[in-house]
Amino acid sequence: MSDPSVLGTAVAEPDPPPAGGADAQERARSLASDAWHDLRRRPLFLISVALIAILLVLAAFPQLFTSADPNAGDLARSRQAPSGQAWFGYDLLGRDVYARTIYGTRVSIVVGVLATTFTVLLGGTLGMLAGYHGGWVDTLVSRLTDVVFGLPFVLGAIVILSSFREAIGEGAVGITALVVLTMAALSWPVSMRITRSAAITARNQDYVRAARALGAGPARVIWRHMLPNCLAPVLVYATIALGAFIGVEATLSFLGIGLRDPVVSWGVMISEARDYIRVAPHLLLFPAAFLAVTVLAFVMLGDAVRDAFDPKGR
Amino acid sequence: MSAPNLSVPILEVDDLVKHFPVQTGIVLKRTVGHVRAVDGVSFALHKGETLGVVGESGCGKSTLAQVLMRLEPPTSGRVRFHGEDVFAKRGRELQALRRSIQIVLQDPYTSLNPRMTVGDIVGEPFDIHPDVAPKGERRKKVQDLLDVVGLNPEHINRYPHQFSGGQRQRIGIARALALKPEVIICDEPVSALDVSIQAQVMNLLDELQREFGLSYLFIAHDLSVVRHLSDRVAVMYLGKIVEIGTEEEIYGRPSHPYTQALLSAVPVPDPAVRAARARIRLTGDVPSPVNPPSGCRFRTRCWKATEICEVEEPELVTRGAGHHPSACHHAEEQTLLPST
Repeated sequence: MSDPSVLGTAVAEPDPPPAGGADAQERARSLASDAWHDLRRRPLFLISVALIAILLVLAAFPQLFTSADPNAGDLARSRQAPSGQAWFGYDLLGRDVYARTIYGTRVSIVVGVLATTFTVLLGGTLGMLAGYHGGWVDTLVSRLTDVVFGLPFVLGAIVILSSFREAIGEGAVGITALVVLTMAALSWPVSMRITRSAAITARNQDYVRAARALGAGPARVIWRHMLPNCLAPVLVYATIALGAFIGVEATLSFLGIGLRDPVVSWGVMISEARDYIRVAPHLLLFPAAFLAVTVLAFVMLGDAVRDAFDPKGR
Repeated sequence: MSAPNLSVPILEVDDLVKHFPVQTGIVLKRTVGHVRAVDGVSFALHKGETLGVVGESGCGKSTLAQVLMRLEPPTSGRVRFHGEDVFAKRGRELQALRRSIQIVLQDPYTSLNPRMTVGDIVGEPFDIHPDVAPKGERRKKVQDLLDVVGLNPEHINRYPHQFSGGQRQRIGIARALALKPEVIICDEPVSALDVSIQAQVMNLLDELQREFGLSYLFIAHDLSVVRHLSDRVAVMYLGKIVEIGTEEEIYGRPSHPYTQALLSAVPVPDPAVRAARARIRLTGDVPSPVNPPSGCRFRTRCWKATEICEVEEPELVTRGAGHHPSACHHAEEQTLLPST
């Protein structure tokens, strides 16, 4: 009743013939190595990485790109249009917009990237735990999320930043860290909810059941089975959130609770330029363009990574 | 069919019960009842044997598989594997048990992680149980397994979506075979496949049984599929086994009305026989497992039901002139299918 011809050799056979000569040289691949292999060939990935690399160099060594002092103002050249001397023109206080944009990269990138990272890590971890364990862990984490979700962002930020302001002092690093942590502490609920719903979907899949039947522990199930299948929606959210965080930093600065004057950032420049958009559009244009390019670079990176980790797309 | 050794039971299931609570309320949960998915099931599985479990959807077949795999905790009852209590095992002992009992799941489209290569999927058992295969030999073992289930060993770096349903189910079988288990629980392994592919996969399972001396608990809702593979068959209805016996006894001389009704619905290829035979049509729906009927659970749809069926629950025992256990007060053997 069975047809042995469709079947191969036994596992227990001591010396099975080598299966395919060419195959012997080919190495075993995993999702990560396949994804990396694939990424290196994606133009989208290469462009975004090049852009991000340029931005990182700008952030690390702004003095290489401009000799002007970003804080040296001369009211005589207030709101002057772009010229050969100052490529991006001068702002309201007569400061060089080009120099300020270059020097503003550091804070904007640091705040955007770190706030996004912490938000996704915190929200993702809590969401994954809630989705994996369910039951009372899920209830507890979800209600906590609801509470944080209910806090108005600006109000919460004012309370946190003004409470810890004194303890931090005036150092730029300390204030930047405080701003980043405040943003992450108030923004994680969204990524938690996204991860939780993706985790619940993944958890009920048969392949998770099969892994548990093989004796896989929670760490393996989460790391090998749930995480790769929950990555896509969180990644999309993260790349969008990055741009929003750079803008949020400006809101906090505008309220006087974020980064203060000697520190330059795109967000602050954009919010300062808002009132002069009709008389001096270049004040808004250049920092906004840098912001847009940064967000675009990270969105493209996120897209490329998401596609690379989806074997069906290849 | 290989001759199973019926004297040595490896898996003994004794009065296994699994109830799922039905809860209402959002914060303060109140239990308003229980879904009696599996309600007192007992059987034994012998070495090298295939025990088929049939029943319609919702009768508790899959829950039985989940509980036996320890994916769901039982409500009560005992399961012994080689005489040892399965539910008492923890940690290292449980891991050892996982090596001995494996499962092949129903849907080959959801049972393989879409983001893992076939090599990683079939090799995962070796990652979880590193002592089974030394690191250097794993790739070779995975390729051997793919070869055994009739797949090209060179496809080790492919992803599940690059395979057809039947090939995916073979990958699932290779994964279950990796740890060289003694028992494989097949939870409707062919019901998601085309009929032509079903035969291939069943022949593969049959071949593997002979080669490795496996015991199967073969769950299905298709009577002909079960007949093809099974040495013995158990018929389930609403969480209980209503009749159990050898393949020949169940198909040739069924004594429970439910089994008879199921068999009378099996298509017969011969038009003359088809016209002559009596069809038993069941009326009504399966009662809710939350609130099953008193006494015999089948009595609401049974044409033989009398007063005793309402009062007294029939035991699964051999009675009267019968030859195999049947849970019916009015058990009577009857031939419904032409013998094959």
